[in-house]
Amino acid sequence: MKQNGMAGLIYNAFFLSFILAPLVVVMLVAFTDKGFISMPFNGASLRWFRAIVENGDIVAAFWLSVRLAFAAATIGVLLAVPAALGIARYRFPGRAALTSFFLSPMMIPAVVLGIAFLRFLSLLHLSGSFWSLVCAHVVIVLPYALRLALSSAIGLDRDAQRAALSCGASRFTAFRRVVLPMIRTGVAGGWVLSFIQSFDELTMTIFVATPGTTTLPVAMYNQIAQTIDPLVASVSAVLIVGTVLLMVLLDRMVGLDRILIGEAQ
Amino acid sequence: MAFLTLQGISKRYGDFTAIEQLDLEVERGELLALLGPSGCGKTTTLQMVAGFVSPTTGRILLDGRDITNERPEKRGIGVVFQSYALFPHMTVAGNVGFGLEMRKVRRQEREERVAEALALVRLNGLGHRYPKELSGGQRQRVAIARAIAMEPELLLLDEPMSNLDAKLREEMHIELRAIQKRLGITTILVTHDQVEAMTMSDRIAVMHRGTIAQLSTPYDAYERPATPFASTFLGRTNTLSGEVLHRNPRCAVVAVSGTTLHVPHEGRHVDGAVHVYIRPEKVHLANGDARLRGRIATRVFVGNQWLLEVDTELGKLRVAQPNLGAPPPAEGHEVGLAWADDDLRVLTQDGPEGAHGHA
Amino acid sequence: MATLDDDRAGAAPWLLSGPALLLFVGLLLVPLVLTLMLSFRVFSDTAGVTSVYTLTNYWQVVSDPYYGAIFLRTAGLAFAVTLLSIVLGVPETIVLARMKRPWQSLCLLIVLGPLLISVVVRTLGWQILLGNNGVLNNVLQSLHITDEPVRLVFTMTGMIIALTHVLVPFMVMSVWATMQKLDPQVEWAGRSLGGSPFAVFRRVVLPQIMPGVLSGAIIVFALSASAFATPALIGGRRLKVVATAAYDEFLGTLNWPLGASIAVLLLIANVAIVMGCSRLAERRFKHIFD
Repeated sequence: MKQNGMAGLIYNAFFLSFILAPLVVVMLVAFTDKGFISMPFNGASLRWFRAIVENGDIVAAFWLSVRLAFAAATIGVLLAVPAALGIARYRFPGRAALTSFFLSPMMIPAVVLGIAFLRFLSLLHLSGSFWSLVCAHVVIVLPYALRLALSSAIGLDRDAQRAALSCGASRFTAFRRVVLPMIRTGVAGGWVLSFIQSFDELTMTIFVATPGTTTLPVAMYNQIAQTIDPLVASVSAVLIVGTVLLMVLLDRMVGLDRILIGEAQ
Repeated sequence: MAFLTLQGISKRYGDFTAIEQLDLEVERGELLALLGPSGCGKTTTLQMVAGFVSPTTGRILLDGRDITNERPEKRGIGVVFQSYALFPHMTVAGNVGFGLEMRKVRRQEREERVAEALALVRLNGLGHRYPKELSGGQRQRVAIARAIAMEPELLLLDEPMSNLDAKLREEMHIELRAIQKRLGITTILVTHDQVEAMTMSDRIAVMHRGTIAQLSTPYDAYERPATPFASTFLGRTNTLSGEVLHRNPRCAVVAVSGTTLHVPHEGRHVDGAVHVYIRPEKVHLANGDARLRGRIATRVFVGNQWLLEVDTELGKLRVAQPNLGAPPPAEGHEVGLAWADDDLRVLTQDGPEGAHGHA
Repeated sequence: MATLDDDRAGAAPWLLSGPALLLFVGLLLVPLVLTLMLSFRVFSDTAGVTSVYTLTNYWQVVSDPYYGAIFLRTAGLAFAVTLLSIVLGVPETIVLARMKRPWQSLCLLIVLGPLLISVVVRTLGWQILLGNNGVLNNVLQSLHITDEPVRLVFTMTGMIIALTHVLVPFMVMSVWATMQKLDPQVEWAGRSLGGSPFAVFRRVVLPQIMPGVLSGAIIVFALSASAFATPALIGGRRLKVVATAAYDEFLGTLNWPLGASIAVLLLIANVAIVMGCSRLAERRFKHIFD
């Protein structure tokens, strides 16, 4: 393929700066020593990082988000993997419809989902429950877990399973010793991706969250909507670093471009 | 003067040398095959002629013109790629006419020439179809038509048949050769398929590890291989190790496993440790005038011939017997083998590049 | 008894998908239906949500110029963001495709990575950047390009920039996926036939990536039309879009039926646009790819 000329490389640099600018700015502001949004060039400090730990609401929201994401990702994967195996292995009437149904939350605006859940939960008098929030998040993350599990399952070598059977393995042993290891990375990647999606989720959660079940993004949104102070910046900085680490992990496990782009349709 | 000349061409990627000191002359109107296993540098050579890859050293001359540094779009060389590389978003007519469009040929003339090219490859009437709707064989013809529509001075074929099934491949060998002869276009064919090279070409350049091991007509390449590599790459052969006892004006007397063989040396200076070669089809089963006795170890029926492996005191010899009716004896039987001394070949064991390759 | 090879599986795939299916029917289908039903009800300031069924909510949304302006603004926003994403994203993807590893993987990571960072964080960054006292303004002023701070926060322009930043990775993803399917030898074929690098790009490469650009555009349009956080934070109270208007009704005035009707309209518009354009694109391009 053609190589990039100077123009291409300059454009790339510009584009990357555009992408990174807001993130870099946030990280810089997190280190300011002033009490308002400013750059740390005239004085840097870690005070706003310390402030995170001292802010009970933020800490509580953080742990809620972690527990929520953990639960949602785990349940999501537990539901998605069998479904993926079923869809990938068999051809049956309704297969395409079923797959579309499972992937539909990605196509439905988060606002609509938030409103729908809010209505549903309030009718059942279940708003404010941690587990209702988990269920809502499972619906949101399941498409991601499913997509990854599906691409792993579809890529499965059927002949490997047959070979195991012909060697005398039982169906279950063949599943455990041959199939599972082959889809393991896809499943693990799906879990990590689901975790991240649940943790980051804002729009839908805003509708469903209550003072008792406020996730970190919602807490930050509420804060920002009033005034911006460096506290949100430092929290954001921590989140950015954490996400980068998870990204490296994801890349090692499955390969990030495979996840983010998925199957070329 | 040769139509296409490669002078001192080499291609190096860092430490790795893909092509080393290649010299080649292609005559006007001939079809020359670059034949060799994967990695021998034949495709790289083609890419340099086409202009997609720049040689590290050397010159390329086309009809007297130095094109070494000329851009690919200016060279006027038609290329048929292994994957056909058709433009999926254009119709067949669009594909075939693309080269003419680039040369600003007017629509009327363009349409005529496209129709001619399609007729030449027997795809009349399919101009409006898209590549996706065609079979593999049809796509290949479109690729050929596209390359020749612009009436190039030189045509390069990069393993054009490798994606076709065997039957279709055989038909295309004949058809493509007929088209090439009819148009008189100088052509270079890159392939790893010896049958293809031998059926289609005027001359074969056998390539091995970035150099030309032998350049000759198909017949000479097969009957008189010049290097150990060429001996074993083209067709099947029996290889016997021996020691030269002495040389006569016409042949060398070689001691092989206890017997003596008189092998024509064709003017080559052979001495010391040598390999003696004889092709399986040149060995036949004999009774009375057997030169060698042995036992049949394996017998395989291929359709038009029988392939036998015979254990003899000279080692395991492969024998090919044409299927003329009566099958040869089965495994385990004792047989006698005979051959004509003129069919033996001899080459020094450490040739220009040994068959097992040491630098 | 089903064997490993039984492709007509009977109950097996349904049993495997059962739990997920149950969850989705109960927690996706049912809530959506309930929302639809809610949108037909009437709200009064005194009685809250009543049990009367009517179409007045829809009528109100469709006829009231207040909502008309909101829908128009949202559509305008979506179009602008989509256009900008194409203009910015497509060249970048082409440049990325021509890079060598390891640079390619690194740059791809940087471009796509932000998708894994919460939209709150990204939008906060833009708020800081675009503020009157923000970085951008400081830079512009110190370079003497402008004398006074340029108002970017709480403007349409600011929203467009920030939302483009959030969504352009989707455009890159879509075009990238299409480029992966291209046969590099096709470009060489074009060159060998006499096409200059520019002609080959224009006549051979660009037409082939069009399907990717289109599907990327559909995704970006749909996502920007239903965007909430970025318009809420950068657009502010005065520049409402559909999603923030629905939020207002639900959590502000508590007129749930009205909010529900806005949501339903948004959903219908979304699905219609996505499926309609996809169908169109498919028909136009189906002769190209398998």
